Amino acid sequence: MTTSGWIQLLVFAALILVCTRPVGGYLFRVFETETPPLKSTLGAVERLLLRLVGVDPKKEQTWVQYAMALLAFSAFSMLVTYAMLRMQHGLPLNPQGFANVDPALAFNTAASFTTNTNWQSYSGEQVMSHLSQMAALAWHNFTSAAAGIGVALALSRGLARRPGPDGAKTLGNFWVDLIRAHVYVLIPASIITALIFVSQGVTQTFAGPQTVTTLEGLQQIIALGPVASQEAIKMLGTNGGGFFNANSAHPFENPTPFANLLQMFLIFIIPAGLTNTFGRMARDAREGWALFGAMSALFLIGALVCWGAEARPNAALAGLGVDQSMGNLEGKECRFGVAGSTLFATVTTDASCGAVNSMHDSFNPIGGLVPMLNIQLGELVFGGVGAGLYAMLIMAILTVFIAGLMVGRTPEYLGKKIEAREMKLAVLYTLIFPLIILAPAAWAAIDKGALASLNNGGPHGLSEILYAFTSAAGNNGSAFAGLNANTNFWNFSLGISMLAGRFFMLLPALALGGAMIGKKVVPQSLGTFPTTGALFSALLCAVILIVGALTFFPALALGPVVEALLAQSGKVF
Amino acid sequence: MIREHVLPAARATLCTLLITGVAYPLLCTGLALVLFPQRARGSFVTDDAGHTVGSELIAQPFASAAYVQPRPSAAGDKGWDANNSGGSNLGATSKKLRDRVQADVSRLKTENPDALAEIPAELVTTSGSGLDPHLSPAAVRWQIPRIARARQVAPDRIERLVADQIEGRDLGFLGEPRVNVLLLNLALDRLLGKPVAPPGK
Repeated sequence: MTTSGWIQLLVFAALILVCTRPVGGYLFRVFETETPPLKSTLGAVERLLLRLVGVDPKKEQTWVQYAMALLAFSAFSMLVTYAMLRMQHGLPLNPQGFANVDPALAFNTAASFTTNTNWQSYSGEQVMSHLSQMAALAWHNFTSAAAGIGVALALSRGLARRPGPDGAKTLGNFWVDLIRAHVYVLIPASIITALIFVSQGVTQTFAGPQTVTTLEGLQQIIALGPVASQEAIKMLGTNGGGFFNANSAHPFENPTPFANLLQMFLIFIIPAGLTNTFGRMARDAREGWALFGAMSALFLIGALVCWGAEARPNAALAGLGVDQSMGNLEGKECRFGVAGSTLFATVTTDASCGAVNSMHDSFNPIGGLVPMLNIQLGELVFGGVGAGLYAMLIMAILTVFIAGLMVGRTPEYLGKKIEAREMKLAVLYTLIFPLIILAPAAWAAIDKGALASLNNGGPHGLSEILYAFTSAAGNNGSAFAGLNANTNFWNFSLGISMLAGRFFMLLPALALGGAMIGKKVVPQSLGTFPTTGALFSALLCAVILIVGALTFFPALALGPVVEALLAQSGKVF
Repeated sequence: MIREHVLPAARATLCTLLITGVAYPLLCTGLALVLFPQRARGSFVTDDAGHTVGSELIAQPFASAAYVQPRPSAAGDKGWDANNSGGSNLGATSKKLRDRVQADVSRLKTENPDALAEIPAELVTTSGSGLDPHLSPAAVRWQIPRIARARQVAPDRIERLVADQIEGRDLGFLGEPRVNVLLLNLALDRLLGKPVAPPGK
């Protein structure tokens, strides 16, 4: 573990810490006030778009209406992506003349990008035309992120709004949140960062692959494309779908260590900022910082464990006369090294991003356990854009409930009582997740056809299966990428897992917002359990770790844990 | 139901698709080609004769003893396929990985009889992309005795060239120090001339 690696970790953490407040304030102004920034220019664009969509921005929606709007939009946009992929051959901007995408792969990919997962059963440069990449896929990188922000805002409003005299029932307007997220946040930030990426060497061209004669006289075909524009929103929207198969390990996607830092920053910045936005909505910034504190602690633990594991030699190379003083380099790029690769792996799985700058499949067993466990904890360590905040808020509700049980008092969050209905929804949210990971993983582990897709034998093969469903259900999209997922079994099972992991979890979150919105605010008293301090953050961490560990430890024990023990003894499969 | 949700959904789909799926990448491409044309087009490099010999950012295979050789590659069937990026995805208990490294170790030892006993790990591990254009300074230096012998020059001439080509960490703390293999090989040719192709090649 090198000094420069420590500095990189600290600088990265400091950047997020310093930017959380201003970004949170900006988002608050955009979504929660009538005076968004640049009201004259961007405001005009917003109004024009809302008129085109044909909705009345003043009319707020109940949680059911909000959910219906989101579901209708997701269904529509998923269908359009499916159709575009199926018709790719006849559409423009297809310099390689790629064929139409097969139905199973098109379904999987459409589900994947609609749900903000960006799981990729295909190799981008071998299957997708430029138009498919930028319009059918990168388009969803904007919309699914905007929808995620919307759900987080809706739940936050449910928790934080004080009901009026006639009792509030509404959680905001989905279309307004969607359009504002695009106009004020995602599009301007993406344009700027895309250009920074180009300056570092990320390509941005509509040219097809270029053939060169190498210095030794061989022919090399080099795939190109409009990568930078996709790269920016891929990170900022915690999407993670690479233009190329190798994702952010590819030098055209992530050419320099500076670009690498920027990518990690983009993944965390909106989710981190949203904790502060939440604090402002709750009229007490400390409410946001308590969540931020718990997230930071879990982030640092994960980053250090993963880095520590990868700084060690790869057991498969032991005794072969290889100098492994720089750590396990299989699947890692020289320019990032072990520190830059493991920090990225931690960040991308804390959030629901899923971009990778190194191959998690080739990590040492414990190094690979960290990204998998990060997703299994619920991607709430900053988490997905929007999805991270609502996941964390549900764990916060669980925590105040458990704290309430301990002192024998009705639990409250932000002054509102947590009662049976809210607990049922929170528990539903918590239980759906392991169900849609472990059940299909168990099925795949005994299915001959599914097992034929594995790249590694022994316990690492089980890890590949477990990681795939974890990533799909968690809407992460990273992979133990040796698994050949482009088969009917994997395309359909993972596609369904992704849809369930998005919508079956977002509905309880919205319903919870709906259940909380009308509740009266109880005045604080001495017996109120404070949700603003370090004690609450620590308790929140404990609840997250206990729930995650109890649920997933048995499966992890059979995968990475056993593998770590076997690797120590030099066993290979 | 239809008027309240489905029509707005259809219209929002169309609006966002045109703005973020079409206009946004077009705008970015236009700006990128004006501001950073060489980068946007793929960072291609030419030799002194003006022939494009590859991209600065993409590894290419080097088999000759007179060139610095890149890391092994799992991109495509034969490696270094810049149209099919990817890693080996083999884990720490993989027999395939162990066998592959063992074969590379014995090949490298035969090709580099004068080199240090321990081989730097990058030279026997594939990168994530299979297109890693860099090596650590140590992995380049490890190859200097072989290159010097093939080019029949004193090792310290190459040593000095390598020292010039080392890129430090970005901002002093980001990433790892590295040497770009293609640029170094171009510099080697510029300094010492193109190596004569071995017979039968």
